[in-house]
Amino acid sequence: MIEFLMSFWQTYNTLFYTVLVHGMLALSIYITLACGQLSLGNAAFMGIGAYTAALFTMKLNVPFGIALLAGGMLPALIALIIGAPTLRLSGVYLAMATLGFGEVVRVAFLNMSITGGSVGLNGVPPKTELWHLFAAMGVLIYFFLKLKNSRFGRALEAIREDEVAAAVMGIKTTWFKVWAFAIGAFIAGLAGGLNAHFTYFLSPREYGFDFAVDILTFAILGGTGTFWGPLIGSTILTILPEMLRFIGSYRLALNGLILVLVVIYLPNGIITVKKKD
Amino acid sequence: MFLQQFVNALALGSVYALFALGFTLIFGVLEVITLAHGAVFMIGAFAGLTVVTKFNVSPITAILVGMMVSGMLGWLIDLVAVRPLRKRKFHHLAPMIATIGCATIIINVAQGIFGAEVYRFPFDFMPAMSYNFWAIQLTLLQIIIVGVALSLMMMIIFLLNRTKWGKAVRAVAESPRTAALLGIPVERVFQITAFAASALGGAAGVLTGINFNAIHAFMGGPIMHRGIAVIILGGMGDIRGAVLGGLILGFAEIMSVAYLSSDFRDAISFGLLFVILLIRPAGIFGSNLERKG
Repeated sequence: MIEFLMSFWQTYNTLFYTVLVHGMLALSIYITLACGQLSLGNAAFMGIGAYTAALFTMKLNVPFGIALLAGGMLPALIALIIGAPTLRLSGVYLAMATLGFGEVVRVAFLNMSITGGSVGLNGVPPKTELWHLFAAMGVLIYFFLKLKNSRFGRALEAIREDEVAAAVMGIKTTWFKVWAFAIGAFIAGLAGGLNAHFTYFLSPREYGFDFAVDILTFAILGGTGTFWGPLIGSTILTILPEMLRFIGSYRLALNGLILVLVVIYLPNGIITVKKKD
Repeated sequence: MFLQQFVNALALGSVYALFALGFTLIFGVLEVITLAHGAVFMIGAFAGLTVVTKFNVSPITAILVGMMVSGMLGWLIDLVAVRPLRKRKFHHLAPMIATIGCATIIINVAQGIFGAEVYRFPFDFMPAMSYNFWAIQLTLLQIIIVGVALSLMMMIIFLLNRTKWGKAVRAVAESPRTAALLGIPVERVFQITAFAASALGGAAGVLTGINFNAIHAFMGGPIMHRGIAVIILGGMGDIRGAVLGGLILGFAEIMSVAYLSSDFRDAISFGLLFVILLIRPAGIFGSNLERKG
């Protein structure tokens, strides 16, 4: 039994890392969905966080924690800049702006010399331990548990249910939406920094639209009524391709199929929240 | 030099305008931002390429076939992914997410069929003729692109403004409920609009394929970003705005490549989008920001 567990761990321990990183990304998009906004830029935020944190540890030799913090702060700052004009508007503008933003980030990674251009960054020091990820996830779960009944969380819920009504009740809708978006960007950047320090290698191709759709699928499959939904969605979709290796190159089409089917037939995702009336 | 760039910009911008026109038409009538429009565009290009390589047809036939195939695909996307949502009250993000799913499926399947390689039209497909007017050189290709794009746009604008069908479409765009009460077959208007708008996307796809002579499964991505910038620039759902916005973006890109650097090219559309959201989020012609979106 012990031997089985040991060999299981040896084969699959990287899967644990990936499940936790994907879980964090699913939470990063959940917080914007929680106020009815769609961010398609979280893959790009993850990339910015990954490059920032990696460059901090590689070039400046700063402590790991500070590098991770920088990797979260920069995406959050950029999110504030993009969010401020975009989130004044209703609905779909954030999705469209972040879609374009993701493309700009991809092109920037490819053309800047500090990010290693199309070659990417190699030799990021291995600093991420599994407990770092568990700790980060623990903090996030605590944050989202507390969020639910906080002023901030209730404001987000009110905005999602009816933005006009929320504004009429005196909620500063733009302010809350922008902060939700920035917090999401921070989480995505943090996940990127943690991911960079265990994959040791950063490629500009990893943070494109395909990965943004992956992140969206995590959240949509799990359901966005509660933050457990995206966590479950990301876990399923990270483990599933390991079991469904035969679908091979059609993994993206599977994502697409899940998006269409869930949106139409299971609009609340796998986890449905009972409404208190 | 400047006049030559002007002609190049017109060719590029009119294709953007054509793409954005279909995009904005779907938004204006169905109130859905279809992020599958880029995938529809790509399939149109492949359809045009396929009939050219298999049956050696003329450019105009290739464009018509591309339009038909893209139109059918757009109609199918509407039927499968958008229509079920229309039948009930849904969150405004739901149809957008469903079309992201469709785009992902279409692109992935195209990649499975055609691989990741870049396809080209046969060497003798487009005669390399050019005409000199004063200091400007016009290639046959540019004349065809601008001619086809402008005539398709004029045709759509004529249909919308001067025919009974167009009146029905405008009524549905204004209010589907009221239109239904007036006896307009709203569902059929939705379907025809999805078909026609996607056909415009397919035409843009074939024209882009001929213009750059490079057709691949991911060619819809860049124009998708540009289309988004164009419809926000012009005002969401506004026909004139899409045409003008497409031309403006074409000019901005060509001029930046000519006078600044080609590195900026892919960032131009996002820069334009960001600036317009800062200073005039309703776009050039937009007015009813609150009701839509």
